[in-house]
Amino acid sequence: MAYSEKVLEHFKHPKNVGTLDKTKKTVGTGLVGAPECGDVMRLQIEVDESSQTIKDAKFKTFGCGSAIASSSLATEWLKGKSIEDAMKIDNMDIVEELALPPVKIHCSVLAEDAIKSAIKDYKTKNDLAD
Amino acid sequence: MSVKKIYLDNNSTTPCDPRVVEAMLPYFNDYFGNAASRSHPFGWQAEEGVDYGREQIAKLINVDPKEIIITSGATEADNLALKGVYEMYKRKGNHIITLQTEHKAVLDSCKKLEKMGADVTYLSVQRDGILDLAELEAAITDKTILVSIMWANNETGVIQPMKEIGEICAKHGVLFMSDATQAVGKIPVDPKATGVHLMAFTAHKMYGPKGVGALFVNRKNPRVKVTAQLDGGGHERGMRSGTLNVPGIVGFGTAAELARLEMDKDAERLSKLRDKLEKGLMDNLEEVYINGNVEHRMPHVTNLSFKHVEGEGLMMTFNQNIAVSSGSACTSASLEPSYVLMALGLGDDLAHSSIRFSLGRFTTEEEVDLAIDALTKGVNHMRDLSPIWEMYKEGVDLESVEWTEH
Repeated sequence: MAYSEKVLEHFKHPKNVGTLDKTKKTVGTGLVGAPECGDVMRLQIEVDESSQTIKDAKFKTFGCGSAIASSSLATEWLKGKSIEDAMKIDNMDIVEELALPPVKIHCSVLAEDAIKSAIKDYKTKNDLAD
Repeated sequence: MSVKKIYLDNNSTTPCDPRVVEAMLPYFNDYFGNAASRSHPFGWQAEEGVDYGREQIAKLINVDPKEIIITSGATEADNLALKGVYEMYKRKGNHIITLQTEHKAVLDSCKKLEKMGADVTYLSVQRDGILDLAELEAAITDKTILVSIMWANNETGVIQPMKEIGEICAKHGVLFMSDATQAVGKIPVDPKATGVHLMAFTAHKMYGPKGVGALFVNRKNPRVKVTAQLDGGGHERGMRSGTLNVPGIVGFGTAAELARLEMDKDAERLSKLRDKLEKGLMDNLEEVYINGNVEHRMPHVTNLSFKHVEGEGLMMTFNQNIAVSSGSACTSASLEPSYVLMALGLGDDLAHSSIRFSLGRFTTEEEVDLAIDALTKGVNHMRDLSPIWEMYKEGVDLESVEWTEH
């Protein structure tokens, strides 16, 4: 199976790899997947409280190239977005952007779950309604 | 800039030895005849090539040339042995015993036979990949007609105690078949001395061409017969119809002869290189595990798990120039990790993290050095990216994390 140029680029030079301080109130952390399934994604956002926009995003992923590319792309898209717009990121947008084959669609689903889970964590910490 | 491509996937297939290709070439045009044409020199020449090739193949495994049934490969030979024995002997009983770690050609043939009324026992293996002899013996019933155990495993290289299995089968009067695809030509394989009555193997795993294989069928004590699965001209003593692949058989024969003469030298050199590869990686990296028994395994194979690194992702760091294979689910359409490694009792996570290296006659020490270097870089890259590696390093008990399975 050949990978698309975009997957290869994100895989070789992943964007926003790293860790944010999960104890901070402004940081939301999403940890999705399971080692047994061969994919674990941890995606974190840091929210600017006054504007409610995402000022930073970081990830670490255990998984195949498509999973790493999906999470790298997700962090790119998240930066600068409002929470509301971030909730609108759909896994099929990721599939399209990275030209993922059908067998890799679950990687994009996982990235969407990671985004939603990070936002949920942020909202819970700050007593914001879903 | 072109990068040197390094092939460490010789269990998938091997390159043809140039000496094999040279031997085959005249049989594409000078001696193109049909080996079954008994009435003219074109046929005679082709038949001569086939006879000689068959002798060379037989000599490699120390059997009579008449006991070699030529097929299109090991998959066909496995199918012929299992289905052919079942059809021939089902009046005597319908029970077959095999292993969970067999190749799909055996497992799927057994599945088919189950639909046709067979009762199949799929024995589990121990943690090191070797079957439990007592369990095998206990599984034999008065309905058992066949035990099918692979000589060496394709994923781990683990070699089964063939002689002991042969003795158990002889004691109970049960036929013993083996898929010896990964063993023949690499280590000494002597079915008669081992009590094996049917044995499948193929040319392209031993530096011969693709598309030609063989089934050894014991002729005397006991005289074994299989029901043909292909109908036609009654070639191969009625067991496998179809015009013989003359250049393929000539190439198979040459590959067999080269293997017979060079096996010891190749095995000695490759086991040193394999050990160097293993040691190099284990010295450079933490949390590397060898899968399968390390004493009873093929000299050119190692299967390693790099903890907290996903196999397919790891391969992507170097697969532009190094060829290996992985038991990771992501390399298969089913998203299930290797059933062979799972049968060894590895957790899903270690199965997902596995890489199989299989060296070959043309592997050089320089290539092994380059592979150690590339793998070390790749594993470090993937661990820098891995949240579970970070958690492991922070001392988080990964077993206690509530994962969201998907």
